[in-house]
Amino acid sequence: MKEISLHLLDIAENSIKANASHVTISIDENTLEDRLTMSVKDNGKGMTTEMTQKIVDPFTTSRTTRKVGLGIPLLKAAAEMCNGFLTITSQPGAGTELIVQFQRSHIDRMPLGDVAGTILHLVIGSPATHWTFKYKVNDKEFEFDDQIIKSELDGIPLSEPMVLSFIRNELKAGISNISINK
Amino acid sequence: MPTIKSIDDLKRIREEALKKQGMKSASGQKQIIVGMGTCGIAAGARDTMKAILEKIEKDNLSGIIVTQTGCIGVCEMEPIVQVQIGDAPKITYGKVTKDIAARIVDEHVLAGIIVKDHIVNI
Repeated sequence: MKEISLHLLDIAENSIKANASHVTISIDENTLEDRLTMSVKDNGKGMTTEMTQKIVDPFTTSRTTRKVGLGIPLLKAAAEMCNGFLTITSQPGAGTELIVQFQRSHIDRMPLGDVAGTILHLVIGSPATHWTFKYKVNDKEFEFDDQIIKSELDGIPLSEPMVLSFIRNELKAGISNISINK
Repeated sequence: MPTIKSIDDLKRIREEALKKQGMKSASGQKQIIVGMGTCGIAAGARDTMKAILEKIEKDNLSGIIVTQTGCIGVCEMEPIVQVQIGDAPKITYGKVTKDIAARIVDEHVLAGIIVKDHIVNI
Protein backbone atom coordinates (compact mmCIF):
# COMPACT_ATOMS: atom_id res chain seq x y z
CA MET A 1 0.00 0.00 0.00
CA LYS A 2 1.20 3.44 -0.88
CA GLU A 3 -0.19 5.47 2.00
CA ILE A 4 -0.25 5.07 5.77
CA SER A 5 -3.88 6.16 5.72
CA LEU A 6 -4.71 3.08 3.62
CA HIS A 7 -3.12 0.91 6.30
CA LEU A 8 -5.20 2.68 8.95
CA LEU A 9 -8.33 1.92 6.94
CA ASP A 10 -7.25 -1.71 6.73
CA ILE A 11 -6.43 -2.04 10.45
CA ALA A 12 -9.74 -0.39 11.40
CA GLU A 13 -11.54 -3.06 9.36
CA ASN A 14 -10.21 -5.61 11.87
CA SER A 15 -11.91 -3.65 14.66
CA ILE A 16 -15.21 -3.71 12.78
CA LYS A 17 -14.87 -7.46 12.30
CA ALA A 18 -14.15 -7.84 16.03
CA ASN A 19 -17.62 -6.34 16.63
CA ALA A 20 -16.26 -3.17 18.21
CA SER A 21 -18.88 -0.54 19.00
CA HIS A 22 -16.29 2.19 19.58
CA VAL A 23 -13.03 2.66 17.66
CA THR A 24 -10.50 5.42 18.30
CA ILE A 25 -7.90 6.23 15.67
CA SER A 26 -5.03 8.48 16.70
CA ILE A 27 -2.22 10.03 14.71
CA ASP A 28 0.59 11.83 16.49
CA GLU A 29 3.25 13.67 14.51
CA ASN A 30 6.17 14.81 16.61
CA THR A 31 8.83 16.68 14.66
CA LEU A 32 11.07 17.32 17.69
CA GLU A 33 11.47 13.63 18.44
CA ASP A 34 11.12 12.78 14.73
CA ARG A 35 8.39 10.21 15.41
CA LEU A 36 5.11 9.43 13.73
CA THR A 37 2.93 7.33 16.01
CA MET A 38 -0.49 5.93 15.25
CA SER A 39 -2.91 3.79 17.16
CA VAL A 40 -6.18 2.02 16.52
CA LYS A 41 -7.99 1.15 19.73
CA ASP A 42 -11.26 -0.74 19.91
CA ASN A 43 -13.63 -2.29 22.43
CA GLY A 44 -14.20 -5.39 20.30
CA LYS A 45 -14.00 -9.00 21.33
CA GLY A 46 -10.21 -8.99 21.79
CA MET A 47 -7.75 -11.85 21.37
CA THR A 48 -5.78 -14.27 23.49
CA THR A 49 -2.06 -13.62 24.05
CA GLU A 50 -1.32 -16.54 21.74
CA MET A 51 -3.41 -15.08 18.93
CA THR A 52 -1.89 -11.63 19.50
CA GLN A 53 1.59 -13.07 18.95
CA LYS A 54 0.52 -15.10 15.95
CA ILE A 55 -1.33 -12.33 14.16
CA VAL A 56 1.86 -10.76 12.82
CA ASP A 57 2.37 -13.97 10.84
CA PRO A 58 0.84 -13.64 7.36
CA PHE A 59 -0.44 -17.19 7.48
CA THR A 60 -2.63 -16.46 10.48
CA THR A 61 -6.08 -15.04 10.02
CA SER A 62 -9.46 -15.42 11.66
CA ARG A 63 -11.20 -15.04 8.34
CA THR A 64 -12.70 -17.97 6.50
CA THR A 65 -12.85 -16.48 3.01
CA ARG A 66 -9.13 -16.82 2.35
CA LYS A 67 -6.16 -18.32 4.12
CA VAL A 68 -3.72 -15.41 4.44
CA GLY A 69 -3.98 -12.18 6.41
CA LEU A 70 -1.48 -9.62 5.19
CA GLY A 71 -2.72 -6.38 6.71
CA ILE A 72 -0.81 -6.36 10.00
CA PRO A 73 2.41 -8.08 8.73
CA LEU A 74 2.67 -5.54 5.90
CA LEU A 75 2.34 -2.57 8.23
CA LYS A 76 4.77 -4.09 10.75
CA ALA A 77 7.38 -4.60 8.03
CA ALA A 78 6.93 -1.04 6.80
CA ALA A 79 7.35 0.38 10.32
CA GLU A 80 10.42 -1.70 11.12
CA MET A 81 12.01 -0.65 7.86
CA CYS A 82 11.73 2.95 9.15
CA ASN A 83 13.29 2.44 12.60
CA GLY A 84 9.85 1.92 14.07
CA PHE A 85 7.75 -0.83 15.57
CA LEU A 86 4.27 -2.32 15.75
CA THR A 87 2.72 -3.66 18.93
CA ILE A 88 -0.65 -5.19 19.66
CA THR A 89 -2.17 -5.30 23.13
CA SER A 90 -5.29 -7.35 23.53
CA GLN A 91 -7.31 -9.44 25.91
CA PRO A 92 -10.40 -11.51 25.22
CA GLY A 93 -13.42 -9.37 26.05
CA ALA A 94 -11.33 -6.26 26.67
CA GLY A 95 -10.69 -4.99 23.13
CA THR A 96 -7.50 -4.49 21.18
CA GLU A 97 -5.03 -1.65 20.76
CA LEU A 98 -2.56 -1.57 17.90
CA ILE A 99 0.28 0.95 18.04
CA VAL A 100 2.61 1.58 15.13
CA GLN A 101 5.48 4.02 15.03
CA PHE A 102 7.77 5.28 12.26
CA GLN A 103 10.81 7.51 12.22
CA ARG A 104 8.98 10.48 10.74
CA SER A 105 11.81 11.69 8.49
CA HIS A 106 12.85 8.23 7.28
CA ILE A 107 13.30 8.17 3.51
CA ASP A 108 11.22 4.99 3.20
CA ARG A 109 8.31 6.23 5.29
CA MET A 110 5.11 6.26 3.28
CA PRO A 111 3.22 9.55 3.24
CA LEU A 112 0.16 9.79 5.49
CA GLY A 113 -1.95 10.28 2.38
CA ASP A 114 -5.67 10.95 2.40
CA VAL A 115 -6.43 10.68 6.12
CA ALA A 116 -9.72 12.60 5.79
CA GLY A 117 -10.82 10.10 3.11
CA THR A 118 -9.99 7.13 5.33
CA ILE A 119 -11.93 8.51 8.32
CA LEU A 120 -14.85 9.62 6.13
CA HIS A 121 -15.16 6.19 4.56
CA LEU A 122 -15.08 4.45 7.93
CA VAL A 123 -17.70 6.77 9.42
CA ILE A 124 -20.01 6.44 6.39
CA GLY A 125 -19.33 2.76 5.66
CA SER A 126 -19.82 1.50 9.22
CA PRO A 127 -22.46 3.79 10.67
CA ALA A 128 -23.23 1.43 13.56
CA THR A 129 -19.72 1.97 14.95
CA HIS A 130 -18.85 5.00 17.08
CA TRP A 131 -15.72 6.58 15.57
CA THR A 132 -13.31 8.92 17.32
CA PHE A 133 -10.38 10.42 15.45
CA LYS A 134 -7.55 12.31 17.12
CA TYR A 135 -4.85 14.09 15.16
CA LYS A 136 -1.94 15.71 16.95
CA VAL A 137 0.90 17.66 15.39
CA ASN A 138 3.43 18.63 18.05
CA ASP A 139 1.33 20.68 20.49
CA LYS A 140 -1.67 21.22 18.24
CA GLU A 141 -4.67 18.90 18.33
CA PHE A 142 -7.80 18.14 16.35
CA GLU A 143 -10.48 15.76 17.53
CA PHE A 144 -13.45 14.44 15.59
CA ASP A 145 -16.21 12.46 17.23
CA ASP A 146 -19.04 11.20 15.03
CA GLN A 147 -21.37 10.68 17.98
CA ILE A 148 -22.11 14.41 18.11
CA ILE A 149 -23.13 14.44 14.45
CA LYS A 150 -25.13 11.21 14.68
CA SER A 151 -27.14 12.31 17.68
CA GLU A 152 -27.91 15.63 16.00
CA LEU A 153 -28.99 13.91 12.77
CA ASP A 154 -31.17 11.48 14.70
CA GLY A 155 -31.50 8.71 12.14
CA ILE A 156 -30.86 10.60 8.89
CA PRO A 157 -28.47 8.35 6.90
CA LEU A 158 -24.87 9.57 6.80
CA SER A 159 -24.70 8.96 3.04
CA GLU A 160 -27.17 11.77 2.34
CA PRO A 161 -25.32 14.26 0.11
CA MET A 162 -25.54 17.20 2.52
CA VAL A 163 -24.38 15.10 5.45
CA LEU A 164 -21.49 13.72 3.41
CA SER A 165 -20.31 17.19 2.47
CA PHE A 166 -20.62 18.32 6.06
CA ILE A 167 -18.51 15.48 7.50
CA ARG A 168 -15.97 15.77 4.69
CA ASN A 169 -15.54 19.50 5.36
CA GLU A 170 -15.26 19.02 9.13
CA LEU A 171 -12.48 16.47 8.65
CA LYS A 172 -10.62 18.31 5.91
CA ALA A 173 -10.66 21.64 7.71
CA GLY A 174 -9.66 20.12 11.04
CA ILE A 175 -6.75 18.21 9.54
CA SER A 176 -5.44 20.96 7.26
CA ASN A 177 -5.60 23.50 10.11
CA ILE A 178 -2.81 21.77 11.97
CA SER A 179 -1.11 19.67 9.30
CA ILE A 180 2.48 20.42 8.41
CA ASN A 181 2.40 18.10 5.43
CA LYS A 182 1.88 19.89 2.18
CA MET B 1 -13.18 18.44 23.63
CA PRO B 2 -14.15 17.97 19.99
CA THR B 3 -15.84 21.05 18.67
CA ILE B 4 -18.44 21.13 15.95
CA LYS B 5 -18.63 24.78 15.13
CA SER B 6 -21.69 24.47 13.04
CA ILE B 7 -24.22 22.49 15.05
CA ASP B 8 -26.91 24.74 13.57
CA ASP B 9 -25.82 23.59 10.12
CA LEU B 10 -26.52 20.03 11.19
CA LYS B 11 -30.00 20.94 12.40
CA ARG B 12 -30.72 22.54 9.05
CA ILE B 13 -29.34 19.52 7.17
CA ARG B 14 -31.56 17.24 9.21
CA GLU B 15 -34.69 19.22 8.44
CA GLU B 16 -33.95 19.32 4.73
CA ALA B 17 -33.19 15.59 4.65
CA LEU B 18 -36.47 14.86 6.43
CA LYS B 19 -38.39 16.85 3.82
CA LYS B 20 -36.74 14.88 1.05
CA GLN B 21 -37.51 11.59 2.77
CA GLY B 22 -41.17 12.49 2.75
CA MET B 23 -41.09 12.97 -1.02
CA LYS B 24 -39.23 9.76 -1.77
CA SER B 25 -40.97 7.22 -3.98
CA ALA B 26 -41.68 3.71 -2.80
CA SER B 27 -39.04 2.13 -5.02
CA GLY B 28 -37.37 0.41 -2.09
CA GLN B 29 -34.06 1.03 -0.40
CA LYS B 30 -31.00 1.56 -2.57
CA GLN B 31 -27.83 0.18 -1.08
CA ILE B 32 -24.25 0.21 -2.38
CA ILE B 33 -21.69 -1.98 -0.61
CA VAL B 34 -17.94 -1.57 -1.21
CA GLY B 35 -15.49 -4.36 -0.32
CA MET B 36 -12.87 -2.96 2.09
CA GLY B 37 -10.79 -5.96 3.04
CA THR B 38 -6.99 -5.76 2.74
CA CYS B 39 -7.39 -7.10 -0.81
CA GLY B 40 -9.96 -4.45 -1.72
CA ILE B 41 -7.97 -1.59 -0.23
CA ALA B 42 -4.76 -2.74 -1.96
CA ALA B 43 -6.64 -2.91 -5.27
CA GLY B 44 -7.95 0.66 -4.90
CA ALA B 45 -11.29 0.26 -3.08
CA ARG B 46 -10.85 3.57 -1.25
CA ASP B 47 -10.73 5.41 -4.58
CA THR B 48 -13.80 3.48 -5.73
CA MET B 49 -15.70 4.42 -2.58
CA LYS B 50 -14.45 7.97 -2.90
CA ALA B 51 -15.82 8.17 -6.45
CA ILE B 52 -19.22 6.91 -5.29
CA LEU B 53 -19.43 9.37 -2.40
CA GLU B 54 -18.28 12.27 -4.58
CA LYS B 55 -20.91 11.38 -7.16
CA ILE B 56 -23.62 11.39 -4.49
CA GLU B 57 -22.45 14.83 -3.37
CA LYS B 58 -21.97 16.28 -6.85
CA ASP B 59 -25.30 15.10 -8.26
CA ASN B 60 -27.11 15.58 -4.94
CA LEU B 61 -28.41 12.00 -4.88
CA SER B 62 -30.64 11.46 -1.89
CA GLY B 63 -31.79 8.09 -0.54
CA ILE B 64 -28.74 5.93 -1.30
CA ILE B 65 -27.12 4.01 1.55
CA VAL B 66 -23.38 3.36 1.12
CA THR B 67 -21.72 0.83 3.39
CA GLN B 68 -18.59 -1.31 3.37
CA THR B 69 -17.85 -4.94 3.94
CA GLY B 70 -14.74 -7.07 4.45
CA CYS B 71 -13.18 -9.61 2.10
CA ILE B 72 -15.88 -11.74 0.44
CA GLY B 73 -13.42 -14.26 -1.02
CA VAL B 74 -12.92 -13.06 -4.60
CA CYS B 75 -9.79 -11.00 -3.94
CA GLU B 76 -8.65 -11.26 -7.56
CA MET B 77 -11.75 -9.35 -8.66
CA GLU B 78 -11.32 -6.43 -6.24
CA PRO B 79 -12.36 -3.67 -5.97
CA ILE B 80 -15.80 -5.24 -5.50
CA VAL B 81 -19.02 -3.24 -5.42
CA GLN B 82 -22.41 -4.75 -4.64
CA VAL B 83 -25.75 -3.13 -5.37
CA GLN B 84 -29.05 -4.03 -3.80
CA ILE B 85 -32.27 -2.31 -4.80
CA GLY B 86 -35.24 -3.11 -2.62
CA ASP B 87 -35.95 -6.84 -2.57
CA ALA B 88 -34.14 -7.57 -5.86
CA PRO B 89 -31.18 -10.00 -5.66
CA LYS B 90 -27.86 -8.41 -4.78
CA ILE B 91 -25.66 -7.81 -7.84
CA THR B 92 -21.87 -8.06 -7.48
CA TYR B 93 -19.50 -6.08 -9.70
CA GLY B 94 -15.74 -6.70 -10.00
CA LYS B 95 -12.68 -4.59 -10.86
CA VAL B 96 -14.69 -1.46 -10.28
CA THR B 97 -12.61 1.60 -11.17
CA LYS B 98 -13.76 5.17 -10.51
CA ASP B 99 -15.37 5.38 -13.94
CA ILE B 100 -17.17 2.06 -13.64
CA ALA B 101 -18.37 3.08 -10.16
CA ALA B 102 -19.92 6.23 -11.63
CA ARG B 103 -21.58 4.14 -14.35
CA ILE B 104 -22.99 1.71 -11.77
CA VAL B 105 -24.54 4.62 -9.85
CA ASP B 106 -26.02 6.17 -13.00
CA GLU B 107 -27.22 3.04 -14.74
CA HIS B 108 -28.02 0.53 -12.02
CA VAL B 109 -28.78 2.53 -8.85
CA LEU B 110 -30.59 5.41 -10.57
CA ALA B 111 -31.99 3.93 -13.79
CA GLY B 112 -32.38 0.33 -12.65
CA ILE B 113 -30.39 -1.16 -15.54
CA ILE B 114 -27.72 -3.68 -14.49
CA VAL B 115 -24.23 -2.95 -15.88
CA LYS B 116 -23.84 -6.42 -17.42
CA ASP B 117 -20.22 -6.20 -18.61
CA HIS B 118 -18.80 -5.83 -15.08
CA ILE B 119 -20.82 -8.44 -13.20
CA VAL B 120 -19.00 -11.11 -11.17
CA ASN B 121 -20.71 -14.39 -10.45
CA ILE B 122 -19.96 -15.52 -6.91
